[in-house]
Amino acid sequence: MPFIPHTEDDIQEMLATIGVDSIDDLFDEIPTELRCGELQEIPPGLPEMEVASLMQSRARTDGEPVCFIGAGAYDHHIPAAVWELTTRGEFYTAYTPYQAEASQGTLQLLYEFQSMMTGLTAMDVSNASLYDGASALAEAVLMAVRGNRKSKSKRILLPANLHPHYRRVAHSIVRNQKIELVEVAYDKSTGQVDMADLEKHAGEDYAALVIPQPNFFGVLEQTDALTDWAHQNGMLAIAVVNPLAMSLLKPAGEWGGQGADICCGEGQPLGAPLASGGPYFGFLCCTDKLVRQMPGRIIGKTVDMDGKPGYALTLQAREQHIRRSKATSNICTNQGLMVTAATIHMSIMGAEGLQRVAATSHANTQKLSQALSSLPGVEPLFSGAVFHEQVMKLPIETANALGMLAADDVLGGFDLQDDYPELGNAVLVCATELRSDDDIENYRGKLERVIQSQAQTLSQ
Amino acid sequence: MSNTPTDRRYAKSHEWIKDEGDGSLTIGITDHAQELLGDLVFVDLPEVGQSLDAGGDCAVVESVKAASDVYSPVSGEVIAINDALDGAPETINEDAFGDGWMFKVKASDMSELDGLLDAEGYDALVAEEE
Amino acid sequence: MIYDHSRKGRRATAQAPLEKPELTGIPAEMVRTSRPNLPEVSEMQAVRHFTRLSQKNFSIDTHFYPLGSCTMKYNPRACNTLASLPGLKSRHPLAPDTHSQGFMACLHDLQEILKNVTGMHAVSLSPAAGAQGEFAGVAMIRAYHDARGDDQRSEILVPDAAHGTNPASAVMCGYKTREIPTGADGDIDVEALREALGPQTAGIMLTNPSTVGVFERRIKEIASMVHEAGGLLYYDGANLNAILGKVRPGDMGFDVIHMNLHKTFSTPHGGGGPGAGPVGVSERLEPYLPVPMVDYDGQDYRWLTEKDQPNTIGRLSAFAGNAGVLLRAYVYARLLGREGMHRVAEFSTLNANYLLKRLMEAGFDAAYPERRASHEFILTLKKQAKDLDVNTMDFAKRMLDYGVHAPTTYFPLLVPECLLIEPTESEAKEELDQFVEIMRTIKQEAENQPDLVKQAPHTMPVKRLDDVRAARELDLAYKAED
Repeated sequence: MPFIPHTEDDIQEMLATIGVDSIDDLFDEIPTELRCGELQEIPPGLPEMEVASLMQSRARTDGEPVCFIGAGAYDHHIPAAVWELTTRGEFYTAYTPYQAEASQGTLQLLYEFQSMMTGLTAMDVSNASLYDGASALAEAVLMAVRGNRKSKSKRILLPANLHPHYRRVAHSIVRNQKIELVEVAYDKSTGQVDMADLEKHAGEDYAALVIPQPNFFGVLEQTDALTDWAHQNGMLAIAVVNPLAMSLLKPAGEWGGQGADICCGEGQPLGAPLASGGPYFGFLCCTDKLVRQMPGRIIGKTVDMDGKPGYALTLQAREQHIRRSKATSNICTNQGLMVTAATIHMSIMGAEGLQRVAATSHANTQKLSQALSSLPGVEPLFSGAVFHEQVMKLPIETANALGMLAADDVLGGFDLQDDYPELGNAVLVCATELRSDDDIENYRGKLERVIQSQAQTLSQ
Repeated sequence: MSNTPTDRRYAKSHEWIKDEGDGSLTIGITDHAQELLGDLVFVDLPEVGQSLDAGGDCAVVESVKAASDVYSPVSGEVIAINDALDGAPETINEDAFGDGWMFKVKASDMSELDGLLDAEGYDALVAEEE
Repeated sequence: MIYDHSRKGRRATAQAPLEKPELTGIPAEMVRTSRPNLPEVSEMQAVRHFTRLSQKNFSIDTHFYPLGSCTMKYNPRACNTLASLPGLKSRHPLAPDTHSQGFMACLHDLQEILKNVTGMHAVSLSPAAGAQGEFAGVAMIRAYHDARGDDQRSEILVPDAAHGTNPASAVMCGYKTREIPTGADGDIDVEALREALGPQTAGIMLTNPSTVGVFERRIKEIASMVHEAGGLLYYDGANLNAILGKVRPGDMGFDVIHMNLHKTFSTPHGGGGPGAGPVGVSERLEPYLPVPMVDYDGQDYRWLTEKDQPNTIGRLSAFAGNAGVLLRAYVYARLLGREGMHRVAEFSTLNANYLLKRLMEAGFDAAYPERRASHEFILTLKKQAKDLDVNTMDFAKRMLDYGVHAPTTYFPLLVPECLLIEPTESEAKEELDQFVEIMRTIKQEAENQPDLVKQAPHTMPVKRLDDVRAARELDLAYKAED
């Protein structure tokens, strides 16, 4: 029997010990009328080789196109050692470190992760992860509403140039607590937060201002000015950042006069494969002052009975298993394994390695942008400085162009039509360090043919 | 032999409240309450100026394995908090009825004190719970 | 500490691009001037460090792990290998449908399988973990009442034994919670429930078998009572392993359920995640399911989004939830097949009842001795704590010395000095017999050398840790000494 070790003798001995005749007798407390029969719609079990063949055929169906989509998930190289180690059974099949003495491996690793995240973001403290970048933003919003004692409004300022999925997730998660997310417009020429629109909210009561870096368009924000503006107006500053970008860009903890109060984001660029969107992990860092408002698990360093250093879950009184209905969040299971990968990834890459990846991705995206701009009617849409991702304007309908490129196994970027119809034919492109000069030339050449064929269709 | 001070009143939710005679009331948690919670690691106090409703939660005491709300036995306004507890929550473990006081209130209705227990009544409550 | 191996200028050069191109087009004030505090180590140092760390963990692959309510069953390796095939691992979450048919076929199949095993009308796979599934479930209950203009319902009922996530999730959805007591036989106190129900009741969150490890026998009656009061029933899938292929939440009258795929469907726990918490609903809640979901028209698969589901409670993650976990669960489901599903419940229940019986024979007290165990059961060490001054925590710590991960301790809160034990179907009889011997030995030690037990563990990398110091003198990150 798959995954069941019992022999017929075992079963008979065990039943005799229990004092019943059959396994079915063990279910005698379930009212008979509730019992279900055979699960007809579930296919019969398959041996591993047949499931393997099925999965291989499905994986082949999806192919391995050349990917120029970023939009919150980035195709970076992951050192081979990262997942070799992460899938060791001792990491892969352990659970939440409730028994600290038998979980020092996971606990120490999480403490090292927290240390690296604070190092990368220049914040004081980090938790041990949330589900993903979008849910981390939602938790940051809840945290700001709890943590900003001066503000009574339960309102948050959220720029429209933040990832549209993040905005929707934040809305889904906080709306039942009567928290209002108020949109701030972006500047149609630079792609940055529109300071004039923001200024309209000056002096009003908001718990926090959310500041993306880079924003969804890849455009860099004036983070110093925005952070100071938030603080001057009694708001907390919530940074939403790409952690890889933090290796090269001014980190959230150094923004403006006082630094951001909360910094969150998507950890995927640190060792998680694209894998259709998950599992990734959300990270959440903050100042010392806000640590008790932090949701999720936090590991602290302490000593054992003999004074030897050790690691333990701490500040647990914030969490649902103790605080129940008054917990900072309902989160229990987090993304431990992804954090294991990220910690090993950051250790192997080091600051220098992450900076090389970030700088190369940026340079490749610049090359791509220049290559595509050589085509008639193609050009960068925004004038603001960008980091490793850029919005390009196309002379033809985006969905068409992307569809034709995809048919040729090039994923040409993310179509902004649905989320930002006001931008016209605009596509968000990204070329990470994995895209070669040939890949970029291939994209340019294919887009050129697509544009020509469209022009011909139109002229006919 | 009980060491429950007789100079103050007690709430069933294990707070003590002492009339200082100058219009202010001092509030803390009882020695029995701190014993139940174990080593305290954090105390979250109300803010000076905050207005309180009788029976409303206004502070939190945390140990490693539990967190407990502290309820104000009377309505009124917070006029002082025990800042010394910040960084030294163990003071409550060591001296719950003295240096471990939590906050002072200017009561809006002193008659609310009448419904509270005296030392003897509180000891009886504790004995019953055990 | 990995930082102990760090030396300025040491690096694992082969892993990164050879060059660091100049940053062009970025204003100087946006560029980082401080060096990020990350370790600088060689690849081998990193490999050795993390291999050694891993060896300080207990895990399913190395130890018996009877952690109640967590379903620490074997995680088949095929699930990992097949979920990581190139086309699946490298698929971008926003890849077009033309390059997603294989992936979506797996998800759609899984939706259908989960519908069938739970008896629900529709399933969304998007919640990232059990707690997010709970949130989604309660948010749908709220959306249902709101859509009917029934906005006086402000309260969610939870049993006093419930997992802490239940009340926490209800509060995140803007509800108050009210606790319903558990009777002496482990079933919910139906009379207390009757009194608590009213026009303010939005719903009730239950799991069955309940958190105390027994089957809620009057579930149909409870379901009718709640429905008559206008409330809905939420099923917490924490204990689905016990009833897989035997009885279905949909047939019991539940309106919404979440499943923990990292429990019942054997995806790895990964040191605390990732999980996956799909939700299933009855017909009336279908419009509110979280997006995205996968639809199939007989020819092509496509995403259902906000456009198709205008009344959805929305998105819960940036993309499609923990996709890789869903694929692992799917492979597991195909390996088991329909007959394997029944066996999960049968053998997890056989193991639990056998272990309970043997432990009772060894002199331990069951919390509910008159009841059949489900896939898990509770012992109470109240007697040992009183007579020997050796408590449950001491027992748990001593087990580590004998190479067994401790069961869940002090949960559910209503049973004093309790151990919640879930052996799962993966364990062989001899492993269970061994556990009984260990418990018997610890009991003897507690009687004869109590200090040996009270000071345990003795053989782990560290002894008992100073939790009070950890919380009072917070040290949450390594700071370089410069």
